[in-house]
Order: sequence, then C-alpha cells, then structure tokens
Amino acid sequence: MLSPIVFSVLLIFVAIFFTYHAKKIRRNILIGKDIDLSDNKGERFKTMLKVAFGQSKMVVRPVPGIMHFFIYAAFVITQIELLEIVIDGISGGHRRIWRAIDGTALSGLYTFTINFIEIISVLAFVATITFLSRRNIIRLARFQKPEMKGWPTKDANLILCAEIFLITCIMMMNSADLELQARGETHKTAQFIISSNFQGIFSGMSTSAVHLFERIGWWGHIMGIFGFLVYLPISKHLHILLAFPNTYYSNLKLKGEFTTLEAVTDVVAPNFDPAYQPKTDPNNPVRFGAKDVHDLNWKNLLDAYTCTECGRCTSACPQNITGKKLSPRKIMMDTRDRLTEVGKNMDANGGTFVDDGKSLLGDYITTEEIWACNTCNACVQECPVNIDPLAIIVEMRRFLVMEQSQSPAELTNMFSNIENNGAPWQFSQSDRANWTNEN
Amino acid sequence: MSDKAIKVRTFAEMTAAGETPEILFWVGCSGSFDDRAKKITKAIVRILDHVGIKFAILGSEEGCSGDPAKRAGNEFLYQMQAMQNITTMNMYNVKKIVTGCPHCFNTLKNEYPALGGSYEVVHHTQLVQELINVGKLKVQGGEFKGKKIVFHDPCYLGRANSVYEAPREIIQKLDVELAEMKRSKANGLCCGAGGAQMFKESEKGTKEVSTERAEEALALEPDVIAVGCPFCNTMMTDGVKHFNKEDKTKVLDVAELIAKANDL
Ligand code: SF4
Ligand code: SF4
Repeated sequence: MLSPIVFSVLLIFVAIFFTYHAKKIRRNILIGKDIDLSDNKGERFKTMLKVAFGQSKMVVRPVPGIMHFFIYAAFVITQIELLEIVIDGISGGHRRIWRAIDGTALSGLYTFTINFIEIISVLAFVATITFLSRRNIIRLARFQKPEMKGWPTKDANLILCAEIFLITCIMMMNSADLELQARGETHKTAQFIISSNFQGIFSGMSTSAVHLFERIGWWGHIMGIFGFLVYLPISKHLHILLAFPNTYYSNLKLKGEFTTLEAVTDVVAPNFDPAYQPKTDPNNPVRFGAKDVHDLNWKNLLDAYTCTECGRCTSACPQNITGKKLSPRKIMMDTRDRLTEVGKNMDANGGTFVDDGKSLLGDYITTEEIWACNTCNACVQECPVNIDPLAIIVEMRRFLVMEQSQSPAELTNMFSNIENNGAPWQFSQSDRANWTNEN
Repeated sequence: MSDKAIKVRTFAEMTAAGETPEILFWVGCSGSFDDRAKKITKAIVRILDHVGIKFAILGSEEGCSGDPAKRAGNEFLYQMQAMQNITTMNMYNVKKIVTGCPHCFNTLKNEYPALGGSYEVVHHTQLVQELINVGKLKVQGGEFKGKKIVFHDPCYLGRANSVYEAPREIIQKLDVELAEMKRSKANGLCCGAGGAQMFKESEKGTKEVSTERAEEALALEPDVIAVGCPFCNTMMTDGVKHFNKEDKTKVLDVAELIAKANDL
C-alpha cells in the first residue's frame, strides 16, 4: 500500500507547486496598467474558440499547423486517460474506470477513447520527431535567430523529448497490460489498436518482468505529467494554458487603429474646446508610453507570458527579413524576461519592487530595434495566439519621443515640419493646393 | 492620361458659392507636394470629374493627418493635427471623405472618431469599385489589355483595414492578367515606408525592405506593379530602379491605371 501514499503525496506537492507559480505569474501580469477588456463577451468567446481551441491561425502554414494539431489533440484527449491514471494512483487500483463500466453500454466508449488516444498519440509521435528535426537537422531559419541561442532552444527540445517520453510510456503501459491480460493477470479490456502490435515484445518475458514494464510505463507517464506541470511556469509552454485567456482578450479593433492617449487629449483638447472636461486625474500624472514593464498594460504582459517563441512573427517581419536587429519575437521574450526579473525583485523585497536601475527599454530592448519598425502589423497577423508585439513597440516610441525627446534626427525634423507647415516636408501649407494649377 | 486641364475647387470656394460638396477629397501631404504623387492625385480628380461627383478639397486648410507623427510615437503632435483637421471638417459639416492615401484613410477613419471626428471614409480604390458597381463608371482595359499586373497590398489598406478585394476587382476590370505574389493580402510584405520609415534612413541590415519587395514582384515579370499608396509608389519605384527594370516594369497607382486606360 506504499504506492497510493507516494502517489498522493506527489500529487499534492505538484498541485501546491503549480498553484504557487500560477499565482506568481498572475501577480506579475497584474503589475501592468489596467485596461478594460470586459466588452463584447460573445465575440471574445468566439475568437477564443476559433483561434485557441480551433487553432485557426496555425493552419496558415499547413505542415507545422497539422503536426501541431496532432500534438495538441493528443495532449487534450490524453487528459481523459489521465483521469483514470489519477484515480488508480490514489486508490492503488488498476483501470478502475474500465472495471466500473465493463459490460455496460459505456464500455464501447472506453475502448473507442483509448484507441483514439493511441492513434492520435502515434500521429503526435510523428509530429514530435518532425519538429525535432525541423529545429535540429533541417535547422529552419526562424529557430536559429540570435534570441533563440541557449535556453530557448534547449527549452523547446526538452519539451519535445518529454513528449516522446510520455507517448513511449503510455504505449509501454498499454502493451504490457495487454500481455498481462492475455496471461490472465489483470482484468480484460478490448484489444488496443496500436499497443497490441507491441505486445509481442513482452511474450518471452517472465510475468513479473511484464508487470515491471507495465508499472514503469504507468509511473513514467504520470511522472512525466507531474514534471511537465512543475516545468511549465518557467518554460515557453505556458501557451498551452494562456492561449485561451490571451485570445479571449484579443484586440477586436481593426489592426490599423492605434490607441488614443487620453492623458494627451486632456492637454491638447482645451486648445480647441475651452469647455473640455479632462478625462484623467491631473493629480496623478502618468508616464507617456513605456520604459519598463510597469508602464505596459496587463494584456501586453499576458502576451509576453503566452508567447511560444515560434518565431512566425519574426519570419514575417520586413525589417528582420532584411537583416535588421528588430525581431518581434525578441520583443516578447525580452518583456517576459524583464517581467520575471521584476517579479523576483518583488519576492526578495517583501512584495514591493525596489528600483534595480534597470528597465525593459535600454537593458533588454534597444532603441535601434524600436526605431526600425514599419508598424506593418505582419507580426500581429502571423501570431497564432493573437499576441501584439507592435503595441509594445509603439509604447516605447511614445516614451522616447514624449518623455525623453529622443528620436532619430530625421524624425525630429519631420515632427517640426508637421508642426510648422502641416506636412512632414518643408513645404508651406499655403502651397498645398498648388498642384491644381500645375500641369 | 490626357492633358485636359483639371478644375478643382476648395470647400471654402464652394461654400462661398452656396454649394454643398457631396464628398471631400482628402489629398494628403504626398498627394499635395510630391511630384510623382501629384500625378496620382490628378488621376483621382479626373475619375471624380468624369463621373460628375460634386467634390471639394480643403486646399490650404488641409493639414497632415498626423499619421507619421502618431506611428513615430508623437501622440501630442498627432492629436494637435487631428483636432485642427477635425475642427475644419466639422465646420464644413463634412460627411463623406475619399482619400488618396491609405495612411490618411486609416487615421481619419479609425482614429479621428475618438477625437470627435466621425465621417464615412473610403480609400480611392473603394470609391472606384463602388462607382463601377453602381454603373456610374465604365472601364475598359485600353493600353493595359492583356498585360500582366501585380498588386502590392499597402499595409494600411490591407492588414490594417482588411481591404483586399477592392483594388483587385478594379484591376481585373481592365482585362489584364492579375498576378499574385506569394506574400499577398493578409500576408503581404510592407514596402518599407510605413511607421515613419519613409522619413528616415533604415537601421543597419543586409538589404532595404523596398529591394526585398520589388525583387518579389519583379520575379513575376509584370508589366505593371500596381499600388494604392503614394509611399508604396515611391518605395516600389526605388526598388524597380535598383534592379534596372524601369523600362520593363512600371509602377502605377490603381487610379492611374483606370484614368490612363479610359483616357480620362
Ligand atoms: S509591425 Fe514592426 S515588428 Fe511587426 S512585423 Fe511589422 S516591422 Fe516587424
Ligand atoms: S509573438 Fe506569437 S508569433 Fe511571435 S514568437 Fe510569440 S507566439 Fe510566435
């Protein structure tokens, strides 16, 4: 009776650990400024169903799209089998759900589900091998960019290897179990479509050895899942959870519409309308734009935690394609790294942030990157989980221009032309209609 | 395009004469001052004239829409420009606007409402499509008949506002072969001008964005690269020159295609 205790202790430990980290991440995201996204619930829900659940933006690139769908489907559907594993683990039983429903109308459903899981797992296995080779053998360009050096590449490979481990374990468990069933050792299920093919491997072994393999498969699988949950908070794999809220809170406006800064309107509008009533609190002046994560809003920060580092954005970015430093993926990775650093700083200082002399803009993201952007929205269009790297870039430009009066000299010129002549070039506004008289 | 003289009146002139224009033609900075873009402006005027729409411009009362300032992060300057323009347009009781530039189009349509300026705003390709659809404008291929034309999506018409079909439908009316680049519509590649890049040197890299995009278009060996934005026009023209292909491939705005093909 040792194993149910070990299992339960592990389960509780993993649950506590995961909740602890999930709370930290939530706190970190809420460091961001408030933004009201409580509108259009119906449309938001639909967007989430389509983009996160239905993976609509993944299939734009069919090969990785379909492969990813296999892994995603395997992940979702395996949770059903996981339910039985957890029940068995806590109770120290074996295939409890099956025993409960064997002989009833539901038994067909059980067999169908396990077979479905097995088929989808094989597809996921193929997909995982494909993904590993795309990253490590074919070495697809978008996985080799500078921001992927070191940990991000290891992170991706580690997850893919874990996936292979999980699938191997569940197959080993099922095929060893079938052999045990054949020997009358355990309760009989129906044949499983994939694992039955591997049953022969065990035919020459002693019953206790087969038992051992079945247990290794079982424990291996559940330990893999536990490990995954512990690992999740420090990895890019948070997207499997955060893709849902992140797409729910997608920007529903047209991509061309940039935010209007009310604090600026409060300064400008009285020049045109003396009766204008300010909308922001004058006693609580805000920083224009963003220098650090505190200046971004919580959706920007949720974006950062959701980023899966796939690099679709970067591979569509005109500036990155032409060799410039700007990479929208790096903008997101930097934002998350800085946010994690700020979170640790808060942990070390009793929950309040103590100035560490660093900031997102400057220590992570350079002005060279910020000024290269075409604001073309290609990155936003590409992102399979509706992340908006452009929003962060624009906030940083706002900070540089409005708080620091820092912009490339040509842009400063352009600004003063607009201010003085109403056009970005040095032409007089009174000459604006001259073209009507020219041939 | 014919050399017929064009006659354009301002809102101020028309109002003084007791007339009410149906539509404001928002010319934009490029369309007003850039020599190449002025030709596009005139092509739009010829189309409007041809169908007999009563339109007016703001002339010296028009100021930069504020787009380059806003994209470059200067929200103050943007809002100053926007409110000035809104004050003018509200004074003239403007209802409908056609723009010759997707950047003005986007800003006026999507960003002016938050500052008190709500109008029906269309890009010139949308207006032309509408005119063709209601039968007011009949077009034929003329000199472009049978030619190969590739359309480059302006980011601020395409991705920013999801307008992909209007320019394509018009081009197809000219009996031409409409070719598509691999990166088109929602996946279109920027010409390199947006986000105020038009006004500055690029950062260090291996290539100009305009070269990358022109290369893609030229690979299709088109007779014309059609554009719908004066900035794209500049960039694509630069790109075509980079490859010394200006004799073979012309860069023309959709409005110019219509005006030229139909002798307007
Ligand atoms: S909006 Fe900026 S960062 Fe995003 S793809 Fe375009 S140029 Fe790159
Ligand atoms: S922002 Fe989106 S597209 Fe870019 S790397 Fe992250 S998940 Fe991928």
